[in-house]
Amino acid sequence: MTQTVSAGRERSARSISAFLLDYGIIIAVFLLYIVLSWQSEAFFSIRNQLNILDQAHQIGLIAVAATVVIIAGGFDLSTGAIFAMSSVVAAMIARDLGAQEQYASVAPWLGWAVGIAVGCLLGLLNGVLVTFFRINTFVATLSSGIVFRGFALLITQAEQVRVTDRAFRELARGEILDARHTVYIWLGFALVLSFVLFRTRFGRYIFAAGDNPEAARLSGINVNLVRTITFGISGLAAGIAGVLSASKFLKAQNDAGQGLELISIAAVVIGGTSIMGGEGAVWRTVLGVMLLRLIENGFNLMNVEPFYRDIFQGLIILLAVALDALRHRRS
Amino acid sequence: MTPSPLVEVRNVSLSFVAVQALQDINLSINQGGIHALVGENGAGKSTLGKVISGIERPDTGQLLINGEERHYTHPRDALRDGITTITQEIALLNNQSVLYNVLLGQEICRAGVLQRRQMLAEFERLVEMTGFELDPDETVGRLHMADQRKVEVLQAIARDSRLIIMDEPTAMLADDETRVFLEIVRSLQRSGHTIIYISHFLEEVLALADVVTVMRNGFIVRTAPTAEETTHSLVEAMLGRSMLEMYPARRPAKADAAVVFEVRGLQAPGLGQMDLQLRAGEITGLAGLVGSGRSRLAWTLFGALEKEAGEILVRGEAVQLHSTMDAIRAGVFMLPESRKEQGLLLKQSIRNNLSLPHMSRIVGRGGIISQAREKARIGQLLGMLNVVPPEPRLSVNRLSGGNQQKVLFGKWLFHQPTVFIVDEPTRGVDIGAKRAIYELVAELADQGVAILLISSEIEEIVGLAHRALVMRLGNIVASFEAEDDGQLDEKEIMRAAFGTQEAEAGGVRT
Repeated sequence: MTQTVSAGRERSARSISAFLLDYGIIIAVFLLYIVLSWQSEAFFSIRNQLNILDQAHQIGLIAVAATVVIIAGGFDLSTGAIFAMSSVVAAMIARDLGAQEQYASVAPWLGWAVGIAVGCLLGLLNGVLVTFFRINTFVATLSSGIVFRGFALLITQAEQVRVTDRAFRELARGEILDARHTVYIWLGFALVLSFVLFRTRFGRYIFAAGDNPEAARLSGINVNLVRTITFGISGLAAGIAGVLSASKFLKAQNDAGQGLELISIAAVVIGGTSIMGGEGAVWRTVLGVMLLRLIENGFNLMNVEPFYRDIFQGLIILLAVALDALRHRRS
Repeated sequence: MTPSPLVEVRNVSLSFVAVQALQDINLSINQGGIHALVGENGAGKSTLGKVISGIERPDTGQLLINGEERHYTHPRDALRDGITTITQEIALLNNQSVLYNVLLGQEICRAGVLQRRQMLAEFERLVEMTGFELDPDETVGRLHMADQRKVEVLQAIARDSRLIIMDEPTAMLADDETRVFLEIVRSLQRSGHTIIYISHFLEEVLALADVVTVMRNGFIVRTAPTAEETTHSLVEAMLGRSMLEMYPARRPAKADAAVVFEVRGLQAPGLGQMDLQLRAGEITGLAGLVGSGRSRLAWTLFGALEKEAGEILVRGEAVQLHSTMDAIRAGVFMLPESRKEQGLLLKQSIRNNLSLPHMSRIVGRGGIISQAREKARIGQLLGMLNVVPPEPRLSVNRLSGGNQQKVLFGKWLFHQPTVFIVDEPTRGVDIGAKRAIYELVAELADQGVAILLISSEIEEIVGLAHRALVMRLGNIVASFEAEDDGQLDEKEIMRAAFGTQEAEAGGVRT
């Protein structure tokens, strides 16, 4: 009897404030849409909306994958460096093979594919460092990131890699129904990961690994393998983003993508995925990314001094982390 | 002798959103006594403790300390009046020294610089008061739990406590550590401290306290000197009814039941060489003191620890158990001892917890979950387990301890095991849930599962098992069979566990 009563208490305790904590991100994005539509006529046009989605693709890809890593109990601080490595490798292959007549037609394809594969491999390497060598996930990915970026510097000798073959641009600049490929790629990636998280066995294992690794292991789950794969997914996402960047600008640089890892993690947190692991959702991160982009876009449209933008974004990230802490205190 | 009350609670009521946690509570705590609070989970004993220590504020009623009315808004207000709390979980800085922990918040400084010599002197003074032997420079994380408790007690004394509220202080302690701790509590009383002792362990309460208050559903049932109470009278008062039948009627195991699990010549670190046979439908109790190797044996049989030599046969077939995954595939399941650390995914839903070890049974091609199949099975399980509330999507940390334990059980009932190892299946659950779990264990045995029941409560083994093995120092030292309808002999088991004849005086808690 006492059990029924206490369960009833729990349910009714999920009052308005609890609802706000859980779904505040939806309300925030919605309010921002209303305010921006009202403030600027250009904002609500399809063109601007597609623009926002296109501009969100880098953070979007990496943040969506970071969601999976964080749910599994990890952190990936090397995504910015993987981004640089992949974009540099893709551009170099496209440039060097493209210069040889017999490979010229396949060079762009090879560049894209190898660039993405490199990202995925580097991610898996992170996974091995964290699981097999049991290095703390922050330290492991922070240092591996420095090494990756060092390699990017080494192979480019700090020179910009320029691709002349215009076909290489197709991946990022191509359009389907007025929307860039990038929009389909990142939203598609988000859909796939969302499906994996909530509809597959592997998804359940990801939540289990982040919630209670010991209980997961004792339930017959190979937690190390699960975690390693999540890092692989993160590397894959950074790789795709890097290749898209090389494709879009027809050039790549060893110092590209700096800070991407942090802004992506910020987007995850803003969406409401807990940094403690074991809970969260991809749709949250998609909204978190959109929130950051909307602020950026809104500041541009309204001609606000860009100096204020960073302060505003930083405050929003702080607010999100504070809300996460509050949620944990309640449970 | 009529000592004046140190604490007086008058007409206190407190309700959370939908539940009346405390209803018109009147209670006086005498100076210098040990006052026990007992009751089922949710009876309100911890809440009452929290009102006195300033963690919860009552809706109505008065709290008087030394005859003066107090309105605590924060635990630190209570601390100023010399009221401290020791909880079930040890709350210390694990990487810091004993000295630093004891004087945490009471550091002796000059211009912000720690005065080690004076701090050591203060530490010595405290140690002398209590008679504890502790190395001030030892790192707290390296101490045994009982010694960590000592550090907490010293910390409380260092803060000039007059009243120490102890909420389930022995729940995490092993039997021998508990004995040490109870002695600590007595010495605290001798040095003039007042103690409120909240505990599930009734024998502990009877041996320790002067006065006991029984609570049920937020009410006080009665307050009486412990000399007038027995475990039976306390349980009756807690439940509001007699508990004649705590254990399900024993269903005799079939004598010709097949051996479904056999271990030959097992060797593993910390264990002596051993053989073991479990029969279908039989409950085998595994008794022994903490540290006797029971859990180690269980983990080895479950594939979580590697063995050095030996053969394991499930239904006559040799199996290699290198991981828990191997064991689960072979039909050997295990309910771990610690629900929160080893058992449940607290943030996940009931559904996700229940199906976690059995995903291969509900996924189709590509690892995609068949939601229909999962839903059907979870529905059946929730009905069978009687989890309240039976909502598959509710996250487990919203359930009471007893219901969490049922979910933990259900996790291993998703698919019927051949062998089910249950390690301390009723730890930290209330009496109602205990009874439900005993029923489940008996029912599983009825269905032909071979059960290995590890328990520190010998009463539990006597009440449930058909056969008992006793471990000591890593070896199985004795084996007892229950007579046809008779019971196992509790004293014999205890003697074997201690390896002496003094078992009756050993004070193993039940």
